[in-house]
Amino acid sequence: MSTQSSRLAARLMVAPSVAVLLIWMIVPLAMTLYYSFRLYRLISPERTGWTGFTNYVWFFQSPEFWLAMGNTLALVGGVLAITVVLGLLIALLIDQPVKGQGILRILVIAPFFVMPPVAASILENLFMHPQNGLFAAIAMGFGAQPILFLQDYPMLSVIGIVSWEWLPFSTLILLTALQSLSSEQLEAAEMDGASAFNRFRFIILPHATRAITVVILIQTIFLLGIFGEIFTTTQGGPGSASTTLPYMIFKQAIAAKDIGRAAAGGIIAVILANIVAYFLMRGIGRHLDA
Amino acid sequence: MGKIQLTKVRKSFGEVDVIPGIDLTIENGEFVVFVGPSGCGKSTLLRLIAGLEDTTSGVIDIDGKDATSLPPAKRGLAMVFQSYALYPHMTVRKNIAFPLKMAGMDQAEQDKRVERAAKVLNLANYLDRRPGQLSGGQRQRVAIGRAIVREPAAFLFDEPLSNLDAALRVGMRQEISELHQSLKTTMIYVTHDQVEAMTMADKIVVLNAGRIEQVGAPLELYHTPKNLFVAGFIGSPKMNLIEGAEAAKHNAHTIGIRPEHITVGEGPWEGVVGLSEHLGSDSFIKVDVAGLGIINVRGSGELNVHHGDRVRLAPAGKIHRFDSQGLAI
Amino acid sequence: MARSLSPRRKLITTLSAWTVALIIFFPVLWMILTSFKTEPSAVAMPPQFLSADWTLENYVEVWARSDYPRFFWNSVVISVGSTLLGLAFAIPAAWAMAFVPGKKTKDLLMWMLSTKMMPAVAVMIPLYLLFLKLGLIDTKIGLVMALMLMNLPIIIWMLYTYFKEIPGEILEAARMDGAGLWNEIIHVLTPMALPGIASTMLLNIILAWNEAFWTIVLTTTKAAPLSAFIASFSAPQGLFYAKLSAASAMAILPILILGWFSQKQLVRGLTFGAVK
Repeated sequence: MSTQSSRLAARLMVAPSVAVLLIWMIVPLAMTLYYSFRLYRLISPERTGWTGFTNYVWFFQSPEFWLAMGNTLALVGGVLAITVVLGLLIALLIDQPVKGQGILRILVIAPFFVMPPVAASILENLFMHPQNGLFAAIAMGFGAQPILFLQDYPMLSVIGIVSWEWLPFSTLILLTALQSLSSEQLEAAEMDGASAFNRFRFIILPHATRAITVVILIQTIFLLGIFGEIFTTTQGGPGSASTTLPYMIFKQAIAAKDIGRAAAGGIIAVILANIVAYFLMRGIGRHLDA
Repeated sequence: MGKIQLTKVRKSFGEVDVIPGIDLTIENGEFVVFVGPSGCGKSTLLRLIAGLEDTTSGVIDIDGKDATSLPPAKRGLAMVFQSYALYPHMTVRKNIAFPLKMAGMDQAEQDKRVERAAKVLNLANYLDRRPGQLSGGQRQRVAIGRAIVREPAAFLFDEPLSNLDAALRVGMRQEISELHQSLKTTMIYVTHDQVEAMTMADKIVVLNAGRIEQVGAPLELYHTPKNLFVAGFIGSPKMNLIEGAEAAKHNAHTIGIRPEHITVGEGPWEGVVGLSEHLGSDSFIKVDVAGLGIINVRGSGELNVHHGDRVRLAPAGKIHRFDSQGLAI
Repeated sequence: MARSLSPRRKLITTLSAWTVALIIFFPVLWMILTSFKTEPSAVAMPPQFLSADWTLENYVEVWARSDYPRFFWNSVVISVGSTLLGLAFAIPAAWAMAFVPGKKTKDLLMWMLSTKMMPAVAVMIPLYLLFLKLGLIDTKIGLVMALMLMNLPIIIWMLYTYFKEIPGEILEAARMDGAGLWNEIIHVLTPMALPGIASTMLLNIILAWNEAFWTIVLTTTKAAPLSAFIASFSAPQGLFYAKLSAASAMAILPILILGWFSQKQLVRGLTFGAVK
């Protein structure tokens, strides 16, 4: 419902944003695509040329690639599972009429504002460190051997760190969703004889579905690109035990100095991200446009 | 001055013709009401005149000048919206002064006009409040105040009373009528409520499916509806429309008899009373007459009939006749 | 769902809610405590809570040795600058999409969001080379641009959600009152959307402040913000717990405080209005 002149004005006003985003997306992507078919190693810059799919083939034949794919999946899936389940439980708890709800919210939200390198290095050093960490102290207090987190459970450690960073986000959003549920609905269900579990199952959970899907969509966007936490803590190791796809690309570019291979990995990552994005947007995107 | 002339005005959204083509003249100083069921295109027509929508084809003249492609700001019209559309971040004073500020009027003149409008609309004590602190009726007045200060060529009202409760609505209706009498400015008023149309209008335009069914003074539409649609739309309770043998007796496809033109007591039709409503001043009954269907009857004063009674009815007054196309004969 | 509970149940839920909240908050608290300990006290086993040697030495040393003010200033310039620049692009775009929506508006919004799904590492090399060629490596202006582009989809989405709550009739009223497009945006839309614009701003400052990939890849020294400063600090492991904690505290405290003030708007903003 609008006039031609306002439609024209609208186009002109959207245009700059679309243009810069298009450039921001297309130019690096095109360059990455170009490099992915090139032989381009920083250690032997004189040898260049087209190599066809060699870089891609190397990736698919590398055992590390499949490990990295599995690790990426574990990271995204693990963090999503932990944050959604714990987030929902904590939200249900805080949603009760407890004392000092405002301060509780402030305490719970805090990790979200901690920048990833800080979060990672604090948890790594002050908590998970096998000699000086708080967890080691607790283990020794019970007479047990300290757990070598980064050594023995590198992927779980990374998942733990990232989950701590994102738990506030899911908790806060689910809490907000719960608070918008009218108490009359719950009272009606109670009058209808629904037990506490059934009230959760048939009233609260359906009400929170939309919030949960939004949490999944938004977290996935950020989780697919997780890098800093691994860089600060395990550096993808030991070996490749905690190497994710982004980190593997990073290693190819920085450690192996093979730009061609890194670019091929980048294209693979972009394609995978787009597949995930497609399904997410289709399944969840409709929840966004309120 | 506010003479508005529409020539072959057409509006389509994509494939759909919302308004297939309308010719209409609104004289200076007239109070014109667009009335029709929801979705009939009355609001769209108003928005075309306002310039908030483009016409697909056709010409809109305001005061003899082609305004078809002028933006709303340049048409010299003022509009009162259904939701009042007050600026929530401005005081009442600033709301009313906003069109004057946009016109670049100097501050002293702005103040003078705002004060004058506030006095007329009983808003003088509220000038420094925000819209959120006002009642529905007061907000309505502010919206009207914002419209009158710039002395527009014409006022456009888009269902302005539909958000008010029944009692306030009657009061505001009278206020708007009085405003028209004192300002003598052209007003175009959109409503789906035929009572508002009948009580306020100099001229009613009945719209249906984007077409004008009939244009005329309120009583003209009441007494001589041009077709079945107008006959059924104007008047409350609705005119009884009867088809078949009874209509054939009058050489018509359909006949229409207003509820107040039927007497209870003696008569050719017999039926059982269904619903009966007694308001003291009037009585409304619905009678199920074999072969005719449900007949609405309106009796003045008290009618001593109740649910389940058998009564006889007789037409006593004008019988409207329509042909098979639904046009009045 | 404020429901009344028996006093005993209320006590239990209050206690457990506080316990959970304190556990979540504990790493931040422990970091702040450690930052005030001497180094030996920080790594002492068993850990020292109240018996520790308290000192401000770590802050003094981090401040003196690391040129903290410059990193801080770079963080401010980059996060505020990228947010303001982003708003300049996003306000008109969000206006257009909210008030003159077309058939493709939703697809366009989805496309914008999907640009955020591209893993940054994937395009790191070309962007690095591009920045190198344009002379933008280790410049504040380069980072401002990069972070603006990174967060632009989110800024547009958030503003779009806030703008959509403003009834279109009010903008039409302004048009009828003789306001042109410019006056409509300046006098009516912007003041009405001010709370929304403010929380969008705050949230994006936080996101930009905490960004720790491009800030590390695209800077060396001159333009490096606090996130790069921390990354450089965490390299020597083990022995500098107290100083690491002090540096970390200095890096996150400004944004933590800002975040606490804006946490109410955070939910609506980050879920693009889908959860209220």
